[in-house]
Amino acid sequence: MATSIEIVRLKVNGDTREVGVPGHFTLLEALRYGMGLTGSKQGCDKGDCGACTVLVDGAPTLSCLTPVWEAEGRDVTTVEGLAGPDGPHPLQDEFDLHGAAQCGFCTPGILCSAAALLDENPSPERDDVQRALAGNLCRCTGYAKIYDAVLAAADRVRKSRSDNDVTDHARATPGASEPGAT
Amino acid sequence: MLSDNTMIGTNMRKVEGLAKSTGRAVYTDDITLPGMLHAKILRSPHPHARIVSIDTSKAEALSGVHAVITGRDMPITYGIIPWTPDEYPLCVDRVRYIGDGVAAVAAVDEDTALEAMKLIEVEYEELDAFLDPHLALEADGSTPYIHDARKEGWNGNITKIVNLEFGDVEGGLDGADVVVEGDYFFEGTTHTPIEPHCAIGQWDGVSKLTVWSATQVPHYLHRELARVLGVEQANVRVLQPLVGGAFGGKSEPFDLEFCVAKLSMVTGRPVKILYTREEVFYSHRGRHPFHMKYRTGATSDGMLTSVDAKILLDGGAYASFGLVTTYYSGQLLCAPYEMPAYRFDSTRVYTNKPACGPKRGHGSVQPRFAFEVQIDKLAEKTGLDPMEFRRRNFIGEHTRTVNELRVTSNGFLECLAAVEQASGWKEKFRAMPFGRGLGVAGSTYISGTNYPIYPNEMPQSAVQMQIDRSGRVAVFSGASEIGQGCDSVVAYIAAEELGVPLEWVRVLRGDTDFTPVDLGAYSSRVTFMLGNAAIDAATKLREQVQKAVGEAWDVPHPEVVLAAGEAMWSQDPSRRMPIAEAFNLGEAKFGTLGATGWYNTPKDVHGEYRGGTIGASPAYSFTAHVAEVEVDPDTGIVEVQKIWVAHDCGRALNPILVEGQMEGSAYMGFGEALMEEQIYKDADHGRAGLHNAPSLLDYRIPTTLDTPELEALIVESIDPEGPYGAKEAGEGPLHPSIPAIANAIYDAIGVRMDRLPFTAPNVWRSIEKAREAGTLGKPSAPVPTDRPSEAIPAD
Repeated sequence: MATSIEIVRLKVNGDTREVGVPGHFTLLEALRYGMGLTGSKQGCDKGDCGACTVLVDGAPTLSCLTPVWEAEGRDVTTVEGLAGPDGPHPLQDEFDLHGAAQCGFCTPGILCSAAALLDENPSPERDDVQRALAGNLCRCTGYAKIYDAVLAAADRVRKSRSDNDVTDHARATPGASEPGAT
Repeated sequence: MLSDNTMIGTNMRKVEGLAKSTGRAVYTDDITLPGMLHAKILRSPHPHARIVSIDTSKAEALSGVHAVITGRDMPITYGIIPWTPDEYPLCVDRVRYIGDGVAAVAAVDEDTALEAMKLIEVEYEELDAFLDPHLALEADGSTPYIHDARKEGWNGNITKIVNLEFGDVEGGLDGADVVVEGDYFFEGTTHTPIEPHCAIGQWDGVSKLTVWSATQVPHYLHRELARVLGVEQANVRVLQPLVGGAFGGKSEPFDLEFCVAKLSMVTGRPVKILYTREEVFYSHRGRHPFHMKYRTGATSDGMLTSVDAKILLDGGAYASFGLVTTYYSGQLLCAPYEMPAYRFDSTRVYTNKPACGPKRGHGSVQPRFAFEVQIDKLAEKTGLDPMEFRRRNFIGEHTRTVNELRVTSNGFLECLAAVEQASGWKEKFRAMPFGRGLGVAGSTYISGTNYPIYPNEMPQSAVQMQIDRSGRVAVFSGASEIGQGCDSVVAYIAAEELGVPLEWVRVLRGDTDFTPVDLGAYSSRVTFMLGNAAIDAATKLREQVQKAVGEAWDVPHPEVVLAAGEAMWSQDPSRRMPIAEAFNLGEAKFGTLGATGWYNTPKDVHGEYRGGTIGASPAYSFTAHVAEVEVDPDTGIVEVQKIWVAHDCGRALNPILVEGQMEGSAYMGFGEALMEEQIYKDADHGRAGLHNAPSLLDYRIPTTLDTPELEALIVESIDPEGPYGAKEAGEGPLHPSIPAIANAIYDAIGVRMDRLPFTAPNVWRSIEKAREAGTLGKPSAPVPTDRPSEAIPAD
């Protein structure tokens, strides 16, 4: 049986690349086996566990249920795209500080769902986090420290945004107060 | 000594934490090798059948297929327990459950392998299948047994029988003021790690075999691969990448590991197998269904007199750890309460279902459920608060159980006090409105089995440590990081003892080509045994550095302190040098700095009777839970609002990691109590022996929306033999989840749930029965006691 290979044009974590994959590949398979981006995980390959969650145009998406050609022309963000050149995303760092990743296998999917939550709701409550992560199964943590980490990251992101506002203000206004002293 | 620790006992990052949260962490399926083939295993559709013939010729002829193997290509049996090697990597002449592997195909890609599987022609002769353990036990041989009889006079469906008795059980029951009898059933459940099993085999074409596997036991796998494949052990290399959860489901060799190795040897190419999620359900090795009958006697003032247990273990198609499970079904019940007399009669049978094995708490979770509910019933009969009943029977510290297990540190009373306080027990127990209730339960667990799986006198854990002139410390560890944090534990110990920042410690791990033997991540042994091995190695290096610096400063070497990146003199901290300089002095004096450390267990910690070694451990953890529930009497829906978990872990080396284990354990127990069932269809409801729900959609594990609030309360009894006083935290905290919830349901509505799981239909049926019997309603409060407990924890 000859598997037909197709060239698919994907924009992942800001880079546009063409990859040759079997036409029936899912986005997850294309990421993991076509592009070497193994951060997104296969836990069930049928949309039940959420370990494959990536962001497609900012929306949490089960990549194991997404045909690869559906991702063409869209912005795909995986766990590998959350960190910037300055270091890990606050979510990633807070996960480490709070012990929110034990085996770590569900973590990439959870981080994508959490990143989407913070974009939409910069000040979530604990039950907002619960709802946002309801499609991501974790077998290790009981979710407790995941909530702590996401809420801490939300605080940190809010604070750094307001710090930046003050810094910009300080640059514009000589003699203004120190950054962070709101 | 305690106050001298600068790092141990503080909240710290994990060494692989950022790798996990940035997607850089490497798990087995993340590995691709040049020319790698993909393989699939063909599995039996019958629960019990003879293999009459297998024709692989059409599959072999398919373009893209490199090799097809069957059971005859690997005709050597194996089994994790040396006395029960009852499995082949691929079945040779008999299949024993739906899912049992019969052939494997290696092809250029997964699609081709799947196509090829359809072309393999297997002729089966179906045999009568045993799905009910009672029927398996009563079988008379008129239809073939599942295995050959293991003992003279046994039917071939029996794996193991254990009958152990300590003290005068019948006398203790006859002399009791109250006796409670109960039948209990704990349904089978499975691990569902989010990572499916995965293995890669690579044969070098000459003599060396390399296998990567998501295994908990690289050392045992190493031995079995060599034996089954006929390769010298010294020419087999097992690498263990990070593992995405295991919980006992990856703690023995599996078919895929042998198949990738054999297929690589046959094709000359690397070969990978990744289980589908369905295959994970079929490989199972999870919690045995237990059918239990308990009789427990007590005096009128709440002192236990005697405990008798009869247990039938439903073992599935193969032995797995079953010999050991049968002992665990009784051996770990004798603490934290003192029992003057105890007997258990346990029988494990084979059935034509996926094999059961060790799941977090291995064989002691089920009896603990039954017994903690028995205690609740006894407390009610004697008019005592269940907390008080437990306190009165506290076994104490530094003592022996009735089955002669040595107990050392024991913080159980502190655990009870902590959950009593935190939950508001005194105000709420028996006092909340109908429909709301609290339940309590206690338990104990081993910090590692006292003996290795194959008998030997060698260390059970070892590390090597090496110091670079830059100050960088390398730890070579063979231990299995499965998410519990063992790589981090050795790094914390190296950093603590040698005074370097945590970032300067490298943990090089999981490769039998260069890491010393650690027996694996099972029985909650790793912190205790690996931790002690790490302290041994670090201490040897520390003393060398202290001596060199002491000589340079002309001070006694014990007064040289290594901490926070420096060496300093304790008598005058202005005498100091950077730690790398101290290391260089050490290297100049003693030569290149490297040390091996190891640990083995004390041997005089158990009785001499047959089976006395099982349940033996260098230290025991203790746990207490209180669960708060709300039950809707019209629907049977149980909502667990909160679980308070108090766990005596000896010493929390990193409190965040210990809390994580406590929360994760409570979560897993909660899932078993409320929703998990590894069950199979019968002939009237589909195909007999077919897994009812082999997906993460249908096999319910708790999501964020289901999971109760979890509060972890660490208790530290500072064990005399644990590393810095530490004991286990990985399995113990699970045990009380289920009985605490059962007891809370009783407090809420007066209905006893003696059978798992407490799903809405099951609870509703019990409620309706109680309604008809007129027993539905809040139970009455215990009689206040004027005799205060003598066993009150000292302030």
